[in-house]
Amino acid sequence: MTTAALPQSKTHRSWWHRNQIRITPWLFLAPGILFFAVYVILPIFQSFGISLQDWDGLGEATYIGTQNYEELWSDPAFYTSLKNNLLWLLLYLLAIPAGLFIALFLNQTVTGIRLYKSLFFFPFVISQVVVGLVFTWFYDPAFGLLNIMLGWFGAGPINVLGDPNYVTYGIIAAGLWPQTAYCMILYLTGLNAVNPELIEAGRLDNAKGWRMLWHVVLPQLKPATFIAFVVTIIGALRSFDLISVMTQGGPFGSSRVLSFYMFEVALSEYGFRMGYGAAIAVVLFLIMLLFIAYFLYSMYREERR
Amino acid sequence: MFPTPIEKAPRAAQLSYQALLPLALILWLLPLIAVMIFSIKPGADFGNANYWGWPSSFEGFTNYGKVFFESEMPRYMLNSVLITVPTVIGAVALSAMTGFALGIYKFRSNLWIFFMFVAGNFVPFQILMVPVRDLTLDLGLYNTKTGLVLFHIAFQTGFCTLFMRNFIKQLPFELIEAARVEGVAEWRIFWYVVLPLMKPALAALAVLVFTFIWNDYFWAVVLTQGAESQPVTAGITSFNAQYRAAYHLMSAGSIVAALPPVAMFFLMQRHFIAGLTLGAVK
Repeated sequence: MTTAALPQSKTHRSWWHRNQIRITPWLFLAPGILFFAVYVILPIFQSFGISLQDWDGLGEATYIGTQNYEELWSDPAFYTSLKNNLLWLLLYLLAIPAGLFIALFLNQTVTGIRLYKSLFFFPFVISQVVVGLVFTWFYDPAFGLLNIMLGWFGAGPINVLGDPNYVTYGIIAAGLWPQTAYCMILYLTGLNAVNPELIEAGRLDNAKGWRMLWHVVLPQLKPATFIAFVVTIIGALRSFDLISVMTQGGPFGSSRVLSFYMFEVALSEYGFRMGYGAAIAVVLFLIMLLFIAYFLYSMYREERR
Repeated sequence: MFPTPIEKAPRAAQLSYQALLPLALILWLLPLIAVMIFSIKPGADFGNANYWGWPSSFEGFTNYGKVFFESEMPRYMLNSVLITVPTVIGAVALSAMTGFALGIYKFRSNLWIFFMFVAGNFVPFQILMVPVRDLTLDLGLYNTKTGLVLFHIAFQTGFCTLFMRNFIKQLPFELIEAARVEGVAEWRIFWYVVLPLMKPALAALAVLVFTFIWNDYFWAVVLTQGAESQPVTAGITSFNAQYRAAYHLMSAGSIVAALPPVAMFFLMQRHFIAGLTLGAVK
């Protein structure tokens, strides 16, 4: 009996043996791809579908073609959100030079510097909800530290979060606080790996200060700058928590961004307009797509090398 | 080293640098320090408009006691733990596998699958809101911790795969080849050869995902709505609505809510920073 069973198990084993290397990666990938496809990839395409419908999230959905997009086209709230999104994108990038500046300031070896670095990084670890609360109080017209400090110079008081002209800048400043901390830590790591021989060579060539930074150090920090750019862009387009906590999009909807406006039309007291929300999501996605394409292209070039 | 080490500068410059450091730090953390001061003041101080003066009495214990024993806060904290820990385990486990598959094996669609994970990870996740909420409703998981955990695992798998795959690529491939020559099965290579070498990556990802998920607010608002399943980030807003204008309690509550990731950061600092700065150095 054993002799009869042996050949069979041998062929089985050799089939597995021959194909093991081809099949194993797919077995390892299967659960991850399944999760990711169901919750991330498919919903992106579903959003496109839903954006062509009139749907309250519960009843029947009716196909209405591009009506949602036509409505967006003449919706002033949409343009306010879009404009604010662009402001976020632009001003959020200030986190990169600011982070570099702090990193250069802290890149020393005095006693206790490690603790200083950790404490400077601190804001990034705190949830944005708490950051929002902290800054709401910082801006408070009655007791906020900002107005007390402005008072020293005879200026103010300014109600930052209550004034449509200042509100978005105020929220972006709050967002820059943790984002700068993140860029700082990226640059500190980058500075750590800067080639000391090149610095010495630069010194021999009499390069100092700005010129050294620009011609010798920054080129070596390129990978850190790239990552800082990627995370800052993503962070700017994901801004939601701060707006929700600090102003709820107000006053008069002047601090909305696309992601917040989408949330409002689809899920809040303004009604359950899933189709319209999805149309806003599609616009946000298309903006991001430009950057994703660029990021992936850069990574692709790296992989080819 | 750049900039020039301060030890080489004149004594005066050194001293002013040493003095500047704490000043800069206090300025940097000023909004946070304000909240800490608020959290130990008695409520009466705010009624008397004594916002920034010396606290009329030290009420730290009373305020934090109230947060812990007289509010829903402990419940929200527990929810956060029950959401965060399974997500960390799930996302790290899934991405260890995907990272292994993409980092070790050469097949034609390898790079495309990798880019799919990376691209998905870059997406502003708010755009997934409508379909994911609908899916969660259909699965009967709306307003449950499980619903939140499943989504978080899926989304974090994108970032974690990027991280794991790049980490595994740096491992010496000869190890795997040697094991193959010995006739070791592929899954055993994963378990006994690669996984032990991945410990630093596993630790870094675990801390990072813990922080990301603990601090998540958007999905908590979209997929849950009551004290029975909401994590602390969403809970703190209802807490604040309950104690409107009670600044001392709101401050204490916020500090409690922010504490676990902060503790995690200080305990696992090396791993945390290694994770965040992956790729910042070539």
